Amino acid sequence: MKFGVLQFPGSCDDRDAQLACARVGEAVMLWHGDRDLQGVDAVVVPGGFSYGDYLRAGAIARFSPIMESVIAFANDGGLVLGICNGFQVLCEAHLLPGALLPNTELRFVCRQVELEVVDADTPFTNLCAPGERLSIPAKHMTGRFHAPDLDPDLVVVRYATGHCFNGSQDEIAGVRNAAGNVFGLMPHPEHAVDPLTGSVDGLRVFESMARAAGVTGPNTAAVSHTR
Amino acid sequence: MRVRVLIRPKAGILDPQGKAVERALPALGFGGVANVHVGRLVELDVASLDEAEQMCERLLANTLIEDYEVQQA
Repeated sequence: MKFGVLQFPGSCDDRDAQLACARVGEAVMLWHGDRDLQGVDAVVVPGGFSYGDYLRAGAIARFSPIMESVIAFANDGGLVLGICNGFQVLCEAHLLPGALLPNTELRFVCRQVELEVVDADTPFTNLCAPGERLSIPAKHMTGRFHAPDLDPDLVVVRYATGHCFNGSQDEIAGVRNAAGNVFGLMPHPEHAVDPLTGSVDGLRVFESMARAAGVTGPNTAAVSHTR
Repeated sequence: MRVRVLIRPKAGILDPQGKAVERALPALGFGGVANVHVGRLVELDVASLDEAEQMCERLLANTLIEDYEVQQA
């Protein structure tokens, strides 16, 4: 399994995303100014503040050269995971429905949240049970999900009751596209992959992707022991 | 041509920045304040108003959550 992690000027969670992917397979960095996806099996659009988030979160990154390739890859059925700023970028690119607005309290919030898996039948959650809770961190100021006329079937994860701090519509934390191969979420699974940080629940997302891709990599055999 | 683009949150979408200002103004003695919306102003030199509209559709505004207005400056 070969993951490609995008790097924009302002990405700050790219290294953690790379480390998380490396627990499951091979992980290469893909520079925003390049167009070559280097034959990866999946793309991760990491968190951070791409291009400084000037104008609007994710708005400028969406037009970077690498995103042209990612959009083509996604339209071809390739697996694409967007985390936090990556989620914002994928919404701006219209690969995912909706948009992210400033949190209702206008504050940057950083805390461990509980997520509830609504749909365990996606390439990103196939190792979860429906209704299962995942404990992973969330840290953002612009994470209020808004999507008028959203097809409820596209909701993959919700904040568990009492954990939605940003005012998201229907407490939605993550959605997929209609085809199911693109997934975006505001909380950070890549920060919950080592027992040292208190939870390894985030690893489930990366392991699910490897399972969905059906590609074994150098580390894939060891994956199931990491939980 | 100098144009001014006004971008604001769409009506009906909670605008917490506007609400914060709306709550702060009466505390300073400004009564009767309502419907405060905080947006952004982009000024630019362009070839035509039509071009500025296209820029809004593609980049300057996210039309799912924002309305925009192009004015000649």
